[in-house]
Order: sequence, then C-alpha cells, then structure tokens
Amino acid sequence: MTQTKTAEKKDGAAQNAGGQQMTGAEMIIQALIDQGVEVVFGYPGGAVLPIYDAIYKSGKIKHILVRHEQGALHAAEGYARSTGKVGVALVTSGPGATNAVTGLTDAMLDSIPVVCFCGQVPTFLIGNDAFQEADTTGITRPCTKHNYLVKDVNKLSGVVHESFHVARSGRPGPVVIDVPKDIQFASGAYKAPKEVSYASYQPQTQPEDARIAAAIEMMCKARRPLFYTGGGVVNAGPAAAGALRALVAETGFPITSTLMGLGAYPMTDDKFLGMLGMHGTYESNLAMHGCDLMICVGARFDDRVTGRTDAFSPHSQKIHIDIDPSSINKNIAVDLPIIADAGQALEALLAGWRARKCQAEPEALAAWWNVINGWRKKDCLRYATTDNKVMKPQYALERLRAHLEKHDDVYITTEVGQHQMWAAQFLRFDEPNRWMTSGGLGTMGYGIPAAVGVQAAHPDAMVVDVAGEASVMMTIQEISTAVQYNLPIKIFILNNHWMGMVRQWQELLHGKRYSESTIDEAMPDFIKLAEAFGGVGLRVETPDELDAAIEEMMKNNKVTIVDVQVDPEENCFPMIPSGKAHNEMILSPDVEKFEQGLV
Amino acid sequence: MTKIDLPSNSVYGSGPAEEQPATHVIAVLVDNEPGVLARVIGLFSGRGYNIESLTVAETDDERNLSRITIVSSGTPMVIEQIKNQLGRLVPVHRVKDLTIEGPYVDRELALVKVVGQNEKRVEALRIADIFRARVVDSTLESFVFEVTGTSEKVNAFIDLMRPLGLLDVSRTGVVAIGRGQTAI
Repeated sequence: MTQTKTAEKKDGAAQNAGGQQMTGAEMIIQALIDQGVEVVFGYPGGAVLPIYDAIYKSGKIKHILVRHEQGALHAAEGYARSTGKVGVALVTSGPGATNAVTGLTDAMLDSIPVVCFCGQVPTFLIGNDAFQEADTTGITRPCTKHNYLVKDVNKLSGVVHESFHVARSGRPGPVVIDVPKDIQFASGAYKAPKEVSYASYQPQTQPEDARIAAAIEMMCKARRPLFYTGGGVVNAGPAAAGALRALVAETGFPITSTLMGLGAYPMTDDKFLGMLGMHGTYESNLAMHGCDLMICVGARFDDRVTGRTDAFSPHSQKIHIDIDPSSINKNIAVDLPIIADAGQALEALLAGWRARKCQAEPEALAAWWNVINGWRKKDCLRYATTDNKVMKPQYALERLRAHLEKHDDVYITTEVGQHQMWAAQFLRFDEPNRWMTSGGLGTMGYGIPAAVGVQAAHPDAMVVDVAGEASVMMTIQEISTAVQYNLPIKIFILNNHWMGMVRQWQELLHGKRYSESTIDEAMPDFIKLAEAFGGVGLRVETPDELDAAIEEMMKNNKVTIVDVQVDPEENCFPMIPSGKAHNEMILSPDVEKFEQGLV
Repeated sequence: MTKIDLPSNSVYGSGPAEEQPATHVIAVLVDNEPGVLARVIGLFSGRGYNIESLTVAETDDERNLSRITIVSSGTPMVIEQIKNQLGRLVPVHRVKDLTIEGPYVDRELALVKVVGQNEKRVEALRIADIFRARVVDSTLESFVFEVTGTSEKVNAFIDLMRPLGLLDVSRTGVVAIGRGQTAI
C-alpha cells in the first residue's frame, strides 16, 4: 500500500487515490469518478443508504431519481446508447434489484454497456430471508454479462473497475455488482483503475489477416453482393460507421441494416435499401434472398431478420464479422467467420479493398442494382393516403420527420409495437447513436425512461419518444422524473386505441378475436395526465391539426405529450409471415391474400 | 434433440431440421470462485443443452483454478455453440473439446455396493477381480467395490453386479485429459 502511494506521488496523478483508506460506499463514488461517470440513475432504499450518503457528501456525482428501478436501467441504456459510454444505475436490495431485471435483460439482448449497483442485506444476513433480501446474483446471472457479490471491502474497488471493463469491452452488456450493506460501511484500501488487471477476460478485437484477405477475394468475385449490418457497428463507435461509409462508397455494394443498426449508415443515402426483416422493406429482404455474397457486420441473424432459416438466402456465401464467437453459426451457418471488433474489421476490409484494386465485375454489379431498383419500384412502404378525417400513423411520422429535419440535434426513442416498426420505416437516421429502441427483448415501456437518459446526456437536444398509447402506460411515471430534472422530452403517441401489434396478429392469425388487446374503455386523458405531472399535453384529432402540434411540441421547452389520434385499423406492412422466407413477404394489407399466403 | 413442432401461426415459426448428434468431452478451466459452477450449469439449462456428466474440482490452488469436465451431446452446430457460450463467461480461462482436439484419456470411478451370500458373493468377488475392482468395505453379507475405467467398463461392471445383489452405486462422472505433451 505504501509503495502504491509513493508511485502515485511520483506519477503526480491527482485523479485517483490508490491505496487510500475509505469506506466501501466512498470507494464506489471514487471509482465512479475515476471511471469518468457523470450521472447515475437510481432509487434509494435501506440497503443502499450508505452509498446515497456518500453521493450527498461528495457532491461530485449527478444523480437522477427515477420512479421505478426498471426506469433507472432503461435510462442508463438510453444514456449509454446515445453517448457510447457506460450507463450506471443504482438500486436497493430485494424489490429494487428484481425491478431492475427487465432493464438488465433488455441491455443484455441489445448489447448495451451498463453497470448496475445493487444494495444487499449485510453479509451475515445473506441466506436468512432477511427483509428486502433477494438472491440478486442468482436472479441476474442469466440476464447479465457478468455479476459480482462483493464480500470483502478490499476487493470492492477492483470489482468496480473490472465491471466497467467487462461492460464496455468485447460485446458490451450489463454487469451487476451486489454490495452488502456492511461492506458499504466497512473501511478498506482503494485501488485505482490502473492497479487492476483482468486475467481471464480478454476478447479478441483484431481480425486475422488471412480471413480479411479471404473476404476481399470473395468480395472481388461477387456478382450480387450485399452488406447486412447491425448494432455492432453502432457499438464499435463513430470510426466504425465512418469505415462502413467509405467501404460502401468504394465498393458500390448495396447495404441494409437491422433495427438495432439504423443510423450506422445514412438512411437517406441511395445505396441504403432500408431496414430488413419481418417488417423491413421489400427491396432489402429480396436482396437478402437473392444475393450471392452476404457481408454481415455486427448483426446476429436474429429470427426476426432471417424468417425461415432453411430457406434463408439460399444462394449466397456468407461472411460474418462479430466480436462474439458465440454469434457465429448460432442460427445460420456461415462460410467465413471473422472474430473482430466491427470497426477494426471494417478498417481492415477497407485497406484490403484499396490495396487489391479489383474491378469487381462492374456489369454484374450494375445488373444487380437494376434488379434492386426494380424491387424498389414496388414502393413497399406506400400507404393509403390520408383523407381529412382519419390520420394514418405513417403520415404522422412523415410529418414528424419533416419537422425534425429542421433541428440539427435529434434523438429518437421508441416503445415496442407497430409504432416502433413504423418509426424504423418512416424516420431517417444519418448518424449512429441517434436511435434508441428495444430490439432484442421488445420491452414495452422502454421509450420514456430511455428518453430521460438521452436527454440527461444531451440537455440541448430534441429527444422524442415515438410511443403507442398502450406501451407508454407501462412506465408513464417516468414523466415525473423528466419534469423534476427539467429534461424536456417529447412523447409522441400514435394513439390507435389498441395494442396495435397484438391486434394485428389477432386480426390476421386468430380470426379477429381481439382478446384483451385494448385499454380503450379506460383510455386516460393524456392532456390532463401531462398537466398533472407538470408537463404540456397536446391532442391531435385530425391531420390538419398535426403540423401546428408538432411545431408547438418542438418550440416549448417542457416535457410534452402529443396524443395523435390515428387510424385504429391500420396494419404494419410489409411483413414476412412467421415460418416464411424473405421472398414470401406480404406487401398487401388485404387479409384474404394474407391468409392464403400463410397456407 | 427433438424437433420443435409449433403451429404455423406461431410468432416463431417451426424449429430447425434435425442433425445427427454426437457426444463430446469438453474440458473447461475456470476461476475457482463462488457461483462459477452455477454459471456453467445455468448456461446449459437456459439454452437447452444436454449434460450427460459433469465433474469439477480445484486443480491449481496457486492460481486458484478449477477444472470442469463436461460430457455433452448435440449436433456439430450445438457443440460449437456450447464451446463458444462457455468461452464467453468471464471466469472461464480456456475451453478445450477433447473429442475434436484429441486423442485423450478418460476415466470414471464408481463405488458399487453388492449384498449377497454364498455363491453370489463368491461370483461377485471373482468378477471384481476380472475388472480389477478393489474391495474397500466389507461385511459378512456385503461388499463395496471401487472400480475405475472408462464409462463403458463401469457400466459393464454394474450390469454384471445387478443379478448378484447390486444395492447402491455412486459414480464420479467422467474426468479426461489430453494425451501427449500439451496441457489445456
């Protein structure tokens, strides 16, 4: 310890206080400061009071008090996804930890770096069914990248630093640190980040040269190539998105993206075919089906993307770039796996492509683009035009997009369901980290707390939660958080009086038996609700009221709900029905045809 | 692995086509810390993999490492998944598929209790001798045999003891190590 202190002095590193004696709670605060954490989302309770006391005394960590622990985790996710940093949550033992589970699982499935501190009953009470005790490490083991129960205060700071390393490196994910109350009170020696080493966890980030060379050869020979990119490109940081743009520009290959990857490549660019998958565009799904070379970067062949796996892209060779070896050959067998960070792999591909200078069958590529442009002519996102009375949700989003284009700093979050798919189809993201949505877990109630986290990171930005009236009720209380901290998030509700996606499936697949899929009889007055929380509420009944409401929403500097009444009957198309392949996707909202298509 | 047959209107479609499963012996080097075995077992149950046998003990007290030997069966894609999912766990240092990276030696130890009198008792002793099983406990009417070998040998011994008064069996599960000069 003494040695460390001397070393610190020699270095003159004032930032970290290695070797210093402090309580466990103080160590956590010091470690957060050393890790560069600016804000923590949390909710106090008996088992974390020493940490809250340390926050109060230090005055160096901004804390945002949520209304439910699920909100803390989603806010941390929104913060992380929009900044590229690790999001931090702080919850109490028992119910605090169990409430956090949904948010942790969400972060697990979408690979979002989050560190969550949970209070725990004192070590001598663990296992006694003590008040507010839960087996937090047991419960969160399958829904975290890793978790820790700290029983020795001298190990606490090392664990905190390691957890940040685990959360952000490799394939990012959530990490839980369970800290018993007596450990928070106990005193021990603090370790600075640079004093901690990580023995077993060393993810591979650099691609193998031979594999990059093989990939370049495949790209040179391809006649119908396609980039299929996902959230991994966003996670790999702005440099990865930059390399992707350059690679697409120089190869001239078409590109499609998963829901999680939107924005890594500019959606307004000509080479972008739109989102792929169950509610993706016709051209992107047919390109997936018809390509002869698929270059998958940072995506995981999710079942919403592949459709029927035995008929998935039958004529293509597949290159799969992923930082997580367990993503390779999980759902779809690939020809060339490359284990690497998406950014490093894309940069290596770009360098390789430039060096190789191959003239990749220019006629073949031109012919491929001709085919794709033919598919584009289907105009698969076309919808019935709005008359003056009934608003189509797609129209509402197109208007929202037009108004948002006037603002240069826009972030969008969503809830889950039809509105989420429409937002992915009709909004445009030209930069990564601008689009926050619950992709893997599909968590209704993600949007408001995520928007809180985004706005906390970007106080001057325009942050809009595109919501449905059913999803939004799941975490509606987080409006109160936004009001308390003057985080002027906008909640744009496409109110169709149904759990839209549930209703759509019931209409198409369950004989229109609409079992428990509306809250219409008790639809809250969202205007009064916004006002009750201290925000502003606006209602839009007809299309001609829409523009004024959006303008008002963007102008005021308050938490605003816009309740947009939309066509209750509208379904989300195009759609790949379950058990079908990409080339069997349905464009028509015609139910008869749809059912026939299903066999 | 049975094919999952979901109705066609399921949100998830139907399950994958069947492939031939094979048995693999996988050695895993892990940090000897609380919860590490729960992580491994939870991975298998959570993702629907088979565990045919699992053994674990500390093997390096200086570096605080334990070695787990898992016998599992699955299609080649599932076995690859198992190894990659194990490799993803933070406390896991190394995963080695002995079946693929072989050759290897595998052994199992069993304690087998046989109760009987007269001819059966003598026959049990004679067979134990053939199998090089040792008597580690005895009463006038019972033996406890210790038998070591491959799982097949242990199975064969137990099968032979059945008509001779087999009462109780305790087995360790398979431990395995690669042949030759390389370590895990």
